[in-house]
Amino acid sequence: MNIADAGITAIFGYLVVFSGLLILMIVISAMGSYFKSREKEVTDTAEPVQKKQSPNKIPKLKKVNKPVAKGSAGRVKLYDVSDKEAAMIMAIVADTMQKPINELHFISIKEVK
Amino acid sequence: MDILETLRTLISDSGFAGFFVEEGYKNLIMILISFLLLYLGIVKKFEPLLLVGIAFGCLLVNVSNFFSGGASSPDALYHPELWDEFLNHDSEFYHSYGNIMANGGLLDILYIGVKSGLYPSLIFLGVGAMTDFGPLLSNPKSLLLGAAAQMGVFLAFFGAVCLGFTGEEAASIGIIGGADGPTAIFLTTRLAPHLLGPIAIAAYSYMALIPMIQPPLMKLLTTEKERQVVMEQNRTVSKTEKIIFPVLVAVFVILLLPSTAPLVGCLMLGNLWKECGVTERLSDTVQNALMNIVTVFLGISVGATTVASRFLSLETLKIVCLGLIAFCFSTIGGLLVGKLMYKLSGGKINPLIGSAGVSAVPMAARVSQIEGQKANPKNFLLMHAMGPNVAGVIGSAIAAGFLLAVFK
Repeated sequence: MNIADAGITAIFGYLVVFSGLLILMIVISAMGSYFKSREKEVTDTAEPVQKKQSPNKIPKLKKVNKPVAKGSAGRVKLYDVSDKEAAMIMAIVADTMQKPINELHFISIKEVK
Repeated sequence: MDILETLRTLISDSGFAGFFVEEGYKNLIMILISFLLLYLGIVKKFEPLLLVGIAFGCLLVNVSNFFSGGASSPDALYHPELWDEFLNHDSEFYHSYGNIMANGGLLDILYIGVKSGLYPSLIFLGVGAMTDFGPLLSNPKSLLLGAAAQMGVFLAFFGAVCLGFTGEEAASIGIIGGADGPTAIFLTTRLAPHLLGPIAIAAYSYMALIPMIQPPLMKLLTTEKERQVVMEQNRTVSKTEKIIFPVLVAVFVILLLPSTAPLVGCLMLGNLWKECGVTERLSDTVQNALMNIVTVFLGISVGATTVASRFLSLETLKIVCLGLIAFCFSTIGGLLVGKLMYKLSGGKINPLIGSAGVSAVPMAARVSQIEGQKANPKNFLLMHAMGPNVAGVIGSAIAAGFLLAVFK
């Protein structure tokens, strides 16, 4: 293969990769838009039904004060984080710091938006 | 019984006698290189899961070359001459796996999985089952960064041709820039199997060196202001989208480049098993048990190709240099398109995520996260960088498919 052919192959190859992924991007974007609009439709129709069913304010759930586990330093405040995610984050922090998890004190875990 | 004669026979039959025959020193050098690779894998933790196996394969094959009869001894673990016959059109054993099974050593038999493309495809099955394409689906523009980061592949290909390599060899060298070990092995076994050892070692070593190779380039090509950009949180992707995605990509990419079918097909099948929610057992098996088994075979059989007589050459040195160039330019390509996106989005996209477009999942994304956080401690780029990172896997598979279509 001579250098000119190699140059053409390289440029053409790069264009093929780019255009292939560009088309894939368009297809995925279209799929994403469809699902977003469907999701919006579902939430739009669900909202009035919910309002009809419960015109009054939804009663707040009572906080259950479960007893704190023995040896625990108290409760972790979670903001937009599920219990499972919080447990994973705590495990990752303990692993990264190379410290046993029972020697760490977590005050709160908040999802950064 | 003549004790002296018996001793002489034992000594001349032992491998130690081979130290002093012609080119014996080359095998000694390779054994020292295998020690270095073992050190890098075990102590420095450079891709240890594969590098330790590769290093030990290298050690075994070069030790077995000291047997009387050298590499062609029946006791040898790997017989390069059998594979030469396998690839020789004029030989009666052309493409004869039977000849390998009948006359090969342990590593010859294991190498059949590499030669047939079985191991890289099975690795991709596991990679697919371990990969979350959610960040890519929530931000499809990531695909452009994955495409841009294939620049090094084609630049290194061009450079290799300029340095006198054939088109097939140059394509195999260029794919190192894709930063995807299984893809590099898959392409090399098809186009330039005699270069598999140096290419695999270069690819995995550079992947392990990403935290050292990328940051200087990232700092060089981006401003402090650009690195500080905090990106908005991506939307949540529905389960249905995640299930449709692998089917869609498999159909689209395989129709575009049929030669990518083994890699992309396995990658997407693994991902479908992960996402569909009804095949958890299979997903778990390919992610763990199968992945580990294949890694064992792949590492040791790739190491077996590092026979001293073929590995210690000027070509290897050129491959190592071209591999580094490929890696650097892939990073630069991703960063440049990242900068373009930063401008076009009005400063909403952090260009650092561009460098994650080289596949090397998840190492490259982690580097983007670390560099972003150095510039702004409130910066969390990891999930944003995972999009281009997994796009890079698809991009390198497409690049390999293109090169395979051109040169096969």
